[in-house]
Amino acid sequence: MALDETLNVARSNEARPLVEVRGLRRSFDLSKPWLNRLIERSGRVSLTAVDGVDFSIREGETYALVGESGSGKSTIARMVVGLLPPSAGSVEIDGTDVWGKKSPDQERRMRRKIQMIFQDPFASLNPRWRVGAIIAEPIKAFGLIADASDRAERVGELLSLVGLDPRDGQKFPHEFSGGQRQRIAIARALASDPKFIVCDEPTSALDVSVQAQVLNLLRDLQQRLGLTYLFISHNLAVVRHVATRVGVLYLGRLVEEAPAAELFAAPQHPYTKMLLEAVPDIDMEGKERLAIAGEIPNPVTPPPGCHFHPRCPARLSGCDRDIPMPQHVGNATVRCHLFDPR
Amino acid sequence: MTEPTLSVRNLRVEIPTRRGVLTAIDDLSFDIAPGEVLGMVGESGAGKSITGSAVIGLLEPPGRIAGGEIRLAGERIDNLAPDRMRRIRGRRIGMIFQDPLTSLNPLYRIGDQLVETILTHQRVTTGEARRKARQLLEEVGIPAAETRLSSYPHQFSGGMRQRVVIALALAADPELVIADEPTTALDVSVQAQIIALLKRLCAERGAAVMLITHDMGVIAETADRVCVLYAGRLAEIGPVRNVVKHPQHPYTIGLMAAIPSLSGDPDEMLAQIPGSMPRLGAIPPGCAFNPRCDYSFSRCRAERPEPYPAGTSHAACFLHAPEALRQAPSDILQAATAAGISLPNTVDGAS
Repeated sequence: MALDETLNVARSNEARPLVEVRGLRRSFDLSKPWLNRLIERSGRVSLTAVDGVDFSIREGETYALVGESGSGKSTIARMVVGLLPPSAGSVEIDGTDVWGKKSPDQERRMRRKIQMIFQDPFASLNPRWRVGAIIAEPIKAFGLIADASDRAERVGELLSLVGLDPRDGQKFPHEFSGGQRQRIAIARALASDPKFIVCDEPTSALDVSVQAQVLNLLRDLQQRLGLTYLFISHNLAVVRHVATRVGVLYLGRLVEEAPAAELFAAPQHPYTKMLLEAVPDIDMEGKERLAIAGEIPNPVTPPPGCHFHPRCPARLSGCDRDIPMPQHVGNATVRCHLFDPR
Repeated sequence: MTEPTLSVRNLRVEIPTRRGVLTAIDDLSFDIAPGEVLGMVGESGAGKSITGSAVIGLLEPPGRIAGGEIRLAGERIDNLAPDRMRRIRGRRIGMIFQDPLTSLNPLYRIGDQLVETILTHQRVTTGEARRKARQLLEEVGIPAAETRLSSYPHQFSGGMRQRVVIALALAADPELVIADEPTTALDVSVQAQIIALLKRLCAERGAAVMLITHDMGVIAETADRVCVLYAGRLAEIGPVRNVVKHPQHPYTIGLMAAIPSLSGDPDEMLAQIPGSMPRLGAIPPGCAFNPRCDYSFSRCRAERPEPYPAGTSHAACFLHAPEALRQAPSDILQAATAAGISLPNTVDGAS
């Protein structure tokens, strides 16, 4: 008990949350057009991509969201940065509600603090713009530096910050390799001096040797500039290297959340265990592998109760009926009936 | 020793372009024994997939085989007429591609596609072919195989589709299966199932497998031997355990250290190889890896290394040349030893 208390005190003394996500929900309407519904006598169909997700990110921390395709990671990222309106719930960044009513001035001040890095560096840079113009765009958009030569100087600084040559600003994106383009995307994200960067699978389009360069760069920038990251990935080994806290998503619900070290050392939720089990064994220690059954079900018709119950090796009798509530297990929060208080 | 199922000797693949001829594969040799799984790894553009295409005779024009030999169970197949090659493809060499949707025809039922494949390659009646198709679907772990035969590809999930593709590839009991990134489009939990399935089925049938992937984890789990490609050239080839645990080529060493793993200290920075792989038009003289290599010396910039024996592997690196101890500067030799490179025992190789 005493240990718990000291932990709690220590935690409240730590940095305050920069990002607060509460009850976030998003559903997409997949219904056929009105006339077809009438003729075929079919009803509306909707897909709940994100189903009541809560988490908070403290300043200077890297919060990772992991999950397989269809788990809702990218939908959450888009709602957090303000690209996609949520169906319900709120996102607060540094005390400002991303989706609340604001004056244009407040809106701009908030937007400046949030930036995003996308998965595909071939699609996220305009091929017709010079790199210098791409990086200068946020500076112009937010009116940060009025003078053109000062702006050019700042672009040069940003380029050297991400390990490129300041003269590279004159080139076009096609002259760069995938890893270098991702560095350009990072420089652009840093241009507005943000506090919070959402990285949506920033290295999954890159080769391993280049992936290591980009991951190291992101970490180095975090230490130097005190950035806070929301890191979206399906690769657990990558997440282990960057994250301070990890949230595991399954079909739109956060099934487990824990400090990274604990999640990897002692996963609690059967799905987290399964995911860790499935990572190919690069160390060749000949670990025993549990047979993993099944695939993610169709999110349009998710299983009732706990979404994971059809694949779960530890299924209890009520799992196909009741949605598990979040339970605290040590420092982790787990949504699984195994941890229900008796 | 038995005859290898696939034997590739000094393969050279060229792609003529407006700005000159690019060499996509340069002097590549390897064997795959019956029942063996050979992993082909490398970064994008290293030439993994082109090697696979060259073996099955499906190089995309204007790419062409400009030299070397490819033998399937001793028989030369790189110079066969297209119609003779077509009879080998599918019957003696099965193929599995990355995206299961592109290898299945969306307009035909799964059963019809399987039956057609079986009828094309084997002398059986339609009824027998249908029975065999059902049996194949059961073998690849598709539940309710009988009813699933009349489903269309879009009614299957990604993992199930890849199982169907494996069933198609194995329909004619091929001697060699070429799997090009078979799990890249799949989620991790499904990936593990597909790898296990592929490995088990090929082992049961004694088929040799050429597994092309960029994922070292998949290789470590599946392959018996690994062939590491860099810029269209062989960097290292050897038993999987040795290549993963004791890599001998500086590129392989860098590659293995750059992979984040579930063990090791997460707070440590990942090792990184500076720069990136050269484009085919701009491969540096000498060893293709020399500008990025921590252990390069004068010879690496002047000559191209051939694969030298390095422990139980072979590595195309002058540090493994018999004369390395005489030629390389002592500080580089020391650094290489510290990195786990086992240098040759003799000073001039003339022992």
